[in-house]
Amino acid sequence: MKVAELGELWVYLSGNPLLSLLVTLLAFALAVRINRMLGGTPLLHAVTLSIALIIVFLLISGIDYATYFEGAQFIHFLLGPATVALAIPLYDHRERVRQLMAPLLLACLAGIATAVVSTIGLALLFGADHVTVMSLAPRSVTSPIAMGVAEKIGGIPSLAAGLVLITGSIGCALGPGIFRLLGIRDPVVQGFTMGLAAHGFGTAQSFARLGAMAGAFSGLAMGLTGLVTAFILPLIVGLFGL
Amino acid sequence: MPLILGMSILLACQFAGELLVRAFDLPIPGPVIGMVILLVGLLVRGKVPSSLRTTGEGLLRYLTLLFVPAGVGLMLHGRLIADDWLAIGMTLLLSTALTLAVTAWVMQRLANRFGGRQ
Repeated sequence: MKVAELGELWVYLSGNPLLSLLVTLLAFALAVRINRMLGGTPLLHAVTLSIALIIVFLLISGIDYATYFEGAQFIHFLLGPATVALAIPLYDHRERVRQLMAPLLLACLAGIATAVVSTIGLALLFGADHVTVMSLAPRSVTSPIAMGVAEKIGGIPSLAAGLVLITGSIGCALGPGIFRLLGIRDPVVQGFTMGLAAHGFGTAQSFARLGAMAGAFSGLAMGLTGLVTAFILPLIVGLFGL
Repeated sequence: MPLILGMSILLACQFAGELLVRAFDLPIPGPVIGMVILLVGLLVRGKVPSSLRTTGEGLLRYLTLLFVPAGVGLMLHGRLIADDWLAIGMTLLLSTALTLAVTAWVMQRLANRFGGRQ
């Protein structure tokens, strides 16, 4: 085959949704395998690793994000029905949820207050830009909600979405160590905490490492945190006088 | 067939959620409302149809993969993050650690007090 033909083939392939889909799946499979080789360490989460692998691939091959997303959107789209599906484990564990309703709500409020106040406080302390602070503020809620909230309080929605994802991977990395430090073994408490602090990443990790019950509480925490934060964050930002 | 039926139920709930969000201008994403709708539906019906369980649990098993395409979008903000990386990094790290610790601690204490242990 002549070189010119190879070049044409690449032009065709790099603009085709098929390539992004294939690259996403292969990168994920590779990342899962690497993570497993390292003993399933939460410090190098399979999601973080596959995101890094794909970004490197796109930078090297010169494919821009919009082109990549045309193919990858088919995977992205499934987030919607997957979020709806969280109702299933919640229904399965409805008795336990009902029993723990009061602690769940109180822990949720305490967690959100800690997340928002410490985020804004620290970001101001470290001298971050106003726009950066406002994009950081909703970092612990699931990205579609965070984007809406960031826009409302004067941040950049797509930056907020990115920071949400970094928060998710940091949460997954820190979670197990913090639970060990505090002597917390109850999968319900672990799952709920992961869902609150690390939204979908925490929920996915809870399902994978701690089982369906922890996953259910994690999903509950993620939904609840999103709902409550959407309403109270603008109020807290007002309190800071920003 | 079960996959098609299960997927239809999930998409229908999401669709209803999106409609409600649009109609009432809610600050919450459609899928989250869809989750509430499905939960209410399951509570009314009293059991999970096997088609829905097959599809739903299949999706949840690969939940992590579904975040990858959005995560790759971080590459668009390389410069902004590079400018403020210390503030952003320290804030995310410390604040996430604090949030995890406070939530877990409060939840553990309250769960013990309410005697909800099995």
